[in-house]
Amino acid sequence: MTAEGATRPDRNEVIAQADSYIGKSPVRPQARRLLDGRGSFTDDVRLPRMLHVAFLRSPHAHARIVSLDAAAARALPGVVRVVTGEDLSGICAGWVGTLAHFQGMKSAMQHPLARGLATWQGEPVAAVVAESRALAEDGVARLAVEWAPLPAVTDAETALDPATPVIHPDLGDNLAFSLELASGDAARAFAEADHVVRDTFWMGRHTGVTLEPRSILAAFDPSERRLTVYHSFQAPHMMQDVLARHLGLPESHVRVICPDVGGSFGIKVHIYPDEMATCAIAVLLGRPVKFVADRLESFQSDIHARDHRVTAELALRRDGTMLGMRLDDLTGIGPYSVYPRTSAVEGNQTVRLTPGVYRFRDYAARLRVVFQNKTPMCQYRAVGHPVAFAVMEAMVDRAARELGLDPVEIRRRNYVTADMYPYTSQTGYFFERLSHEECLDKLLALSDYRARCAERDRLRAEGVYRGLGLCAFIELTTPGPAFYGVGGARISSQDGCTLKLEPGGGVTCTTGVTEQGQGTEAMLAQVVATAVGVPMEQVRVLTGDTLVSPYGGGTWASRGAGIGGEAALQSGKALKGNILRVAGAMLSCEPDDLDLRRGKIVDAATGEVRLDLAELGRVAYFRPDTLPKDFQSELTVTRHYVPRHQGFAFTNGIQLAHVEVDPGTGFVRLLGHWAVEDCGRIINPRLVDEQLRGAIVQGIGAALYEHCVYDAAGQLLTGTMADYLVPMAAEMPDIVVGHVETPTAYAEGGFKGAGEAGTAGAPGAVLNAVNDALAPLGARVTRQPITPDVVLRALGVLR
Amino acid sequence: MGVRPETEMEIALTVNGVTVRRRVEARKSLVDFLREDLELTGSHVGCEHGVCGACTVKVDGALARGCLTLAVQCDGSRVETIEGVTASGELDDLKAAFAGTNGLQCGFCTPAMLLTADVLLRDEPGLDADGIRRGLSGNYCRCTGYHAIVEAVLATARLRAEKSTADRTPR
Repeated sequence: MTAEGATRPDRNEVIAQADSYIGKSPVRPQARRLLDGRGSFTDDVRLPRMLHVAFLRSPHAHARIVSLDAAAARALPGVVRVVTGEDLSGICAGWVGTLAHFQGMKSAMQHPLARGLATWQGEPVAAVVAESRALAEDGVARLAVEWAPLPAVTDAETALDPATPVIHPDLGDNLAFSLELASGDAARAFAEADHVVRDTFWMGRHTGVTLEPRSILAAFDPSERRLTVYHSFQAPHMMQDVLARHLGLPESHVRVICPDVGGSFGIKVHIYPDEMATCAIAVLLGRPVKFVADRLESFQSDIHARDHRVTAELALRRDGTMLGMRLDDLTGIGPYSVYPRTSAVEGNQTVRLTPGVYRFRDYAARLRVVFQNKTPMCQYRAVGHPVAFAVMEAMVDRAARELGLDPVEIRRRNYVTADMYPYTSQTGYFFERLSHEECLDKLLALSDYRARCAERDRLRAEGVYRGLGLCAFIELTTPGPAFYGVGGARISSQDGCTLKLEPGGGVTCTTGVTEQGQGTEAMLAQVVATAVGVPMEQVRVLTGDTLVSPYGGGTWASRGAGIGGEAALQSGKALKGNILRVAGAMLSCEPDDLDLRRGKIVDAATGEVRLDLAELGRVAYFRPDTLPKDFQSELTVTRHYVPRHQGFAFTNGIQLAHVEVDPGTGFVRLLGHWAVEDCGRIINPRLVDEQLRGAIVQGIGAALYEHCVYDAAGQLLTGTMADYLVPMAAEMPDIVVGHVETPTAYAEGGFKGAGEAGTAGAPGAVLNAVNDALAPLGARVTRQPITPDVVLRALGVLR
Repeated sequence: MGVRPETEMEIALTVNGVTVRRRVEARKSLVDFLREDLELTGSHVGCEHGVCGACTVKVDGALARGCLTLAVQCDGSRVETIEGVTASGELDDLKAAFAGTNGLQCGFCTPAMLLTADVLLRDEPGLDADGIRRGLSGNYCRCTGYHAIVEAVLATARLRAEKSTADRTPR
């Protein structure tokens, strides 16, 4: 639709063929099923003798559990079992969310149900298993717990003070992880600077709010000690591994099936105590047990995100040349680092990503990750990126304003430019090739930027405060084993794709990457159809079942296309080769003289149809006696792929937000939003556009609305969707998306990721737009979400 | 089950054109009744407090939150769900438009979004994009950012307007 990306000379012959589906936007094969209401989400699955579990969650942010009286709950008809942490101690081993490559990182042992100590409001403490969810909740209401509340650690700023209680005394303090980065000589840069800007930013906690809550159904067969788990999740093999190790089952005895998943965004890729408890209870009882979080539970127990206080200083020459930067990031992660990915990645990426768009080399950063008695924080869509680029780009805009420079020109002057690749950033990130200048030029044209600036200036004279905000960004996609594997996490960075030619000529594809609505299955069907040479309708893709799919990592960090897509391409080429060998044997000719196009074996030179694929399937499967005696057909193939040549496939882009601020009410109205990004070769332009749009709106939510608000005692004040605001249709602008295509040369397909670019740049763009609107009023905001209250305080209307 | 008889009621209602009689707990919501008792799992549960709109169904022709309506309140009513309109084909044009713009990703909000958009188009056929955004503002979608949904509803509005003009034009 909008992917009119430049045609490049480095086109791949498989992808550039006449019948290629790459770069086209066919309707997703699963759309019809979902539109018909025939989706099958985890809560739609029912099994015989299935039970339901509900959890008693701590009402206190920090409390000792003195006693639990379950007699009244047990007496309730329909209640099957009340389960405490001790009941599960012999069934499920605890876990610690640290990784070896985060040096010095520490966290405490965590269990499915709290034992003795509750460390956040919402932590599961006991479970009631009953014949229905309603009865299980009735049972929970009858549990009598004696709590001994303890002082809650809520403010990250004071978490490390000696006077602050230590949440896990064995750890010595509340510091989970700290890091200092130094590149070049930041002190010299600041000494030589003509101008320094300094700001402190507060990036509030928010959360994923997947419309389908976390859901899990675990069924255990004690006779064979086999566990089957239906799970709304992104990484089925990771879950299989964790369940096998922590429940003491052989890997092959654990099957994880992720049916339709109602949104994930990084929420459904972590180990949650309530989900582990559900599986452990299934083992304990030998019956299927289902847990579906309700919305209050989701707000209290889904991982939260961000929660940073960042102080930044930028040193510049008078002409706008950036010389160096200093950054101090403090982030609060709740009482535990989340298993197995840890809660250090968000801060680590924030301090490493912040300067990456620009060429200055002198950079110093400090990160401190601290424990608090709030819901655990971990990786959510665009991990670290939105904070990094909101901070960086707000500093750039402020510098431009103070130096009297144009916001476009100051960026252009400081970009890592086309002539500098391959390039390694201040913090060690490798960039094969980025396209900042092209993206910027395209964005300016797409958005009619200069005309909008003129309009803004004209309207200011009439008392209308509009603002335009740019946010350039890089995006980490397609991670190799350096991301988790080297730290000891058993999370696969490689993925496989198995293709099977069915006797009738169809192709069945199974893969380790997964579908949560982003269109993974459609994208893979396009790649497979193109590589094999069959109509896309003949390709059936199955994802999310550990028993049948090749081993893989699932979907996170925008890895589906870059890794799963490349595996599919290689598998498709291999299957095609094998098909042509069968055809050569059947037709007594050289396979090289044949080709497979639109499901027919054709003469490669003339295109004349020689054989139907169904006829080939019939002979290969049912009449192999008619083939030469020394010929064995291989019509199921598997290929794997892992990025070996770079740690990540970085992408880049830039966004523009257009807003109007009402200085009387503090309300921010979104007038329009534009984004130009470069995810490499685009498989399905419409799906990429929609990834961008959805991700941008998540970023806008963070910028303006979404906030997990706690009181000083650690009580969550935003536990419903009436209190926690999400973006709804009426407030959202139209979003125009453009692309630049810089394929990676390290993989044949040239694909990179696109899932997080929108969220990476939107908060910074909105922040800059609001500050642009407020500039003539002498006000400036540095706090997200930018609520009317924040705006009115900046204007001095509220104090 | 451990439910006392006095907390249950016998109800009779029409669901997707079929008369249904069931004994239900008085506290059971309409959407739980549809999903659990009738196995109509196309209606989804998102927030259970009336904000997200994922449970939206039609009761006597009007949109209703399945989570804020008790099943027993629907005694004698006519309830329509995504399964019903899929069987009748009455939303096929709207569905085709959603498929065309990719106005759905995970599909969890989609059945309710379709029912809501259809009633909106019926009640206010002349709406522009802003009007459609307002009309859909009670239905949360985390995946799409709404742009493609609005495009699909606008396109359907145009097609339906053309069709209605054509139907009225004497031949």
